[in-house]
Amino acid sequence: MQVLYLLIEMIVKCVVVFACLMICVAYLTWLERKVLGHIQIRYGPNRCGPYGLLQPFSDAIKAFFKEDLIPGRADKPVFVLAPMISIISAISLFAVIPFGNQFTIPGTDWVVKLRIADVDIGLLYVFALASIGEFGIILGGWASGNKYGLTGSLRAAAQMISYEVALGLSILGIIILSQTLRLTEIVHQQAGGFWNWNVWYQPMAFILYLICGLAEINRTPFDMPEAESELACGFNIEYSSMKFALFFMAEYAHMVTMGALAVTLFWGGWQPPFPFLSFIPGVVWFSAKLFVFLFFFIWQRGTFPRLRYDQIMKFGWKVMVPLALANLLITGLVVSLKG
Amino acid sequence: MAETRWMTINMGPQHPATHGVLRLVLELDGEIIVKAIPHIGHLHRGVEKLAENRTYHQVIPLTDRLDYTNAMGNNLAYVLAVEKLLGIEVPKRAQYLRVMMAELQRIAAHLIWLGTHVLDIGATTPIFYTFREREEVLRIFEEVAGGRLTPTYLRIGGVAKDLPEGIDEKIRDFVKVFPQRINEYETLLTQNIIWLKRTKEVGVISKEDAINWGVTGPTLRGSGVKWDVRKAFPYSSYDEFEFDIPVGTVGDVYDRYIVRLREMEWSNSIVRQALDRLPKGPILADDPRVVLPNKEMVLTDIASLIRQFKIVSEGFKPPKGEVYASVEAAKGELGFYIISDGSNRPFRLRIRPPSFLNLGALPRMIEGSLIADVISTIGSIDIVLGEIDR
Repeated sequence: MQVLYLLIEMIVKCVVVFACLMICVAYLTWLERKVLGHIQIRYGPNRCGPYGLLQPFSDAIKAFFKEDLIPGRADKPVFVLAPMISIISAISLFAVIPFGNQFTIPGTDWVVKLRIADVDIGLLYVFALASIGEFGIILGGWASGNKYGLTGSLRAAAQMISYEVALGLSILGIIILSQTLRLTEIVHQQAGGFWNWNVWYQPMAFILYLICGLAEINRTPFDMPEAESELACGFNIEYSSMKFALFFMAEYAHMVTMGALAVTLFWGGWQPPFPFLSFIPGVVWFSAKLFVFLFFFIWQRGTFPRLRYDQIMKFGWKVMVPLALANLLITGLVVSLKG
Repeated sequence: MAETRWMTINMGPQHPATHGVLRLVLELDGEIIVKAIPHIGHLHRGVEKLAENRTYHQVIPLTDRLDYTNAMGNNLAYVLAVEKLLGIEVPKRAQYLRVMMAELQRIAAHLIWLGTHVLDIGATTPIFYTFREREEVLRIFEEVAGGRLTPTYLRIGGVAKDLPEGIDEKIRDFVKVFPQRINEYETLLTQNIIWLKRTKEVGVISKEDAINWGVTGPTLRGSGVKWDVRKAFPYSSYDEFEFDIPVGTVGDVYDRYIVRLREMEWSNSIVRQALDRLPKGPILADDPRVVLPNKEMVLTDIASLIRQFKIVSEGFKPPKGEVYASVEAAKGELGFYIISDGSNRPFRLRIRPPSFLNLGALPRMIEGSLIADVISTIGSIDIVLGEIDR
């Protein structure tokens, strides 16, 4: 019986998380267009439903019914595979994110933990899958047999790999502090009010994480692989219909995950900012904090121009990596001196 | 040993950042440009040839469509050339109105440039701000001339109509607000580290090269040459206005950006001066050969009716001769060279489009730089294919 219950619980959690993530992604596109619209003195979507709330659905329907083209010069299997890799890795990243603590189902003693998987190597899992996601972009541009696509994917390869180094290094400080890779453990250690959050102990790492995160999810000022005005969309230039939509969803899902990870690592996960506010469920706090990050991602897109490819690489290797290393060194020194 | 080949990329004519239908064939070593060849002609409409089959008046609407962001300036260059051919003196009020409209148009043209240029570099927001202001200018045009993009406001000997009632209030409002709006763009860009990184030392053209390539306008001034047709050969009473010629030092994308921003401020000031000192008087020259008679007279006086009929159907016949007149358009020196054989149509009309010559210097600016720099450089020389291909 126990196994069956466990199975049911897992399936329910998977379905709920997947559905929530998809809705979140759909409404993230809506939010982005709405927020950008208001930044840019226009309305954003407002035709489909009240406040354009049905826009994501209309977009999805449109994407489904578009003609699905595969260019003649494309490497077919890889071309089809690439968006799948992207979306699968982006979605499965969410499996280890703890979005709440736990609760007991009323009337039973069954405890539901609000995360799909609580693995020992949570952070490693995140990085491993994020790297796999890059293959989607790299292969997609490569397989489409288009020079702009190729240039885009070359840029993607260079940029994402170099920023992954800095991203990983920036998080090492947190791992030193919390002595674990398990994400729930990291959140538990940040309990007891916002002054216990890691962001105060690792401010440098937090800033580095945000910048590298932007580069990871290919948003302005690091939207090199797409670079609409230069490469006419870059790696996804030849993609249409649902394949394009998958890339698109992957990008936004990745954005949600980046935000969720930032919340988990630096902003105390589901923990309330003050202990007396703990009557509000953790999921609400988690979502609220996540929203702040997502808003930040959108906001800066409305503000900054795009950096140049070589400048991004220089910035990554000559500024971000050394800073992350210095941060790591200082954290290590402080921790070992304190014993 | 394997043979080394450059990758050839065909950028345009359908490309989001080639400002219309410019086609660039780029030879790339990785992302570095080894060779760049601009191919033009995709927007060729044969304006110069069309002009040979039209009376002098009928050519004016064609000029609107050369550099379609700068219609008033194009009108001005053409009518100045024809007036020079005829030897007509244009009344002061008309001259001031022309200056006012040309400067408003310069602001509108520079606003389009700023928006698209910044969009090319990746910032999506400023274009909406610049189009907000451009819209105000176009509304003014709509009230004054009836048209927004192609107003065809100027006439040989003056302007089409006088200012409508209450328009000076609107122009004054715009002139008052506009400097703050420029500040708004500047807060987004001028000190922005990313913007500086993308524009400083990019697409550099030296003073000597700029002169040798025949570059004019803000692109030339960005390289530090203090040359402006409005100052060098003042036309249409420009010598009565106070303004400065902003110049850059290095000749990079950033300098051209700053030059254009300062130019917008000066244009704004010229509009204000023109409005303040707008003289009273006729808006058309008193020359029965070219200027249509008053409508009242046409309906009551047979001689005026005949005159109206003659001008509309047949046009006028300027003396034989060759004439060149140029103005400082938004993009640079725009010149019209007209050969008249004494008939009612130009024997030959040759246009000197600033964008054409500025584009000629593009390969010089971008060879050895990166793809991303091509985009920002094209944006910074502000080409309009309508006048390049004609």
